[in-house]
Amino acid sequence: MPHIVKSYDIELGRLEDGIARMGGLAESQLASALDALESRDSELAGRIMRSDAEVDSCEAFVNEQTIKVLALRAPVADDLRTVVGALKIAGEIERIADLAANAAKRSLVLNQLPPVAPMRSLVRLGRLALAMVKEVLDAYLGHDAERALALRDRDQELDDVYSALFREILTYMMEDPRTITPCTHLMFIAKNFERIGDHATNVAELTHFRVTGKAVTEQRTKKDVSSFIGAEPPTD
Amino acid sequence: MSDPKMTARSLAVHYGDKLALKEVDLDIAANQVTALIGPSGCGKSTFLRCLNRMNDTIDTCRVSGQVTLDDEPVYGPDGIDPVLLRARVGMVFQRPNPFPKSIYDNVAFGPRLHGLVAEGDEMDAVIQRSLERAGLWAEVHDRLAERGTGLSGGQQQRLCIARAIAVEPEVILMDEPCSALDPIATAKVEELIDELRDSFTIVIVTHSMQQAARVSQFTAFFHLGKIIEVGATEQIFTAPANDLTQGYITGRFG
Repeated sequence: MPHIVKSYDIELGRLEDGIARMGGLAESQLASALDALESRDSELAGRIMRSDAEVDSCEAFVNEQTIKVLALRAPVADDLRTVVGALKIAGEIERIADLAANAAKRSLVLNQLPPVAPMRSLVRLGRLALAMVKEVLDAYLGHDAERALALRDRDQELDDVYSALFREILTYMMEDPRTITPCTHLMFIAKNFERIGDHATNVAELTHFRVTGKAVTEQRTKKDVSSFIGAEPPTD
Repeated sequence: MSDPKMTARSLAVHYGDKLALKEVDLDIAANQVTALIGPSGCGKSTFLRCLNRMNDTIDTCRVSGQVTLDDEPVYGPDGIDPVLLRARVGMVFQRPNPFPKSIYDNVAFGPRLHGLVAEGDEMDAVIQRSLERAGLWAEVHDRLAERGTGLSGGQQQRLCIARAIAVEPEVILMDEPCSALDPIATAKVEELIDELRDSFTIVIVTHSMQQAARVSQFTAFFHLGKIIEVGATEQIFTAPANDLTQGYITGRFG
């Protein structure tokens, strides 16, 4: 149902457009970062790092728009959830783009070193994270709470792949100490991708709240066990 | 909700042939502010006026169903005497309506009518206390003999509140008490409502959604003579359960 005051709908639409644009940028940043890693393309990596500013200015636009709507419209109910949700989601997407840019930055170092085998697994991890980002943006723009919530399972899958990759990278480093430098960068990039999955899941939970008015209370079971690799997990 | 101060059960009101309120059930929580919201003609003012039998003054009005005040019936042969009822359930109206009398006599009107207080020191104390609780004492203490109608709109409304609380009612009904006031006077009345909640149970009809959100703990949404949704104000304004409620409070109702 549209608002009686049409300009209110226009302003809320602008907010959603801002998120859509920002999400699209973050998604293409991450996709490009994966290409840059895979094809050892330093020129592409440089471009990614430079366009991070565009995402930041997008976020600034969403923030300004949010404050304006809050001040001028005093939104309530689903409108309030849309506005507050946009503010928080913009923050999450900004982090996603930032982590993608950081992956691109590390690829510049990797390109100066001999290739290492776990790169293939790393790119696979990155593609899983990318698919999550795509999926959550579609769920957000489609106001689809169910679809958003399903992202939580995808994140567990991502965590599993990340933990496996962590172990894999360790074995390569133990086998050949000359790979320690590139493998350490790989590990940081892997952590970035795992974090991107977490941010996408946060967006999913915010989307669920926006649509239903109910916060997702059920705790997610974290399956990322990489923090304990190399030692026994502490017992409570 | 702990024991409600007032209840309405199957409350229906006709004005002539027109059904203004259809089988409404509502509990009014003690020492809380309950806001009644809804579009014009939805029955919220009609409901409010049932709580102290103000509708009795309208010839064509017929009321059925039950209303209770502390479990005592308000209507029917065993009902509370309407004069006593209106002392226990006071009212503040949309437009400030001080009597064309002195400020002092305006506040003294109720206590005198009900023979509650002796003239002199005792009455003086009631006047001072009522004006203080209405947040008006500091502004008028040195001119109590002046006419109440000479005050500003916001002061007049606070005078009416002082007049209402001078008889120590248990419940105060407010029918759009701020719609004729500027934002400063509105803020003062809203602050007052919050303070009065300690001593009184308050029911307020308002067209300002933001006012309902600011001053009330419970909100009931009326539409076409029925209650569509009632709940904690926080819940109504963040995640209403009903689509009609959502449509109304977000300004999509058409």
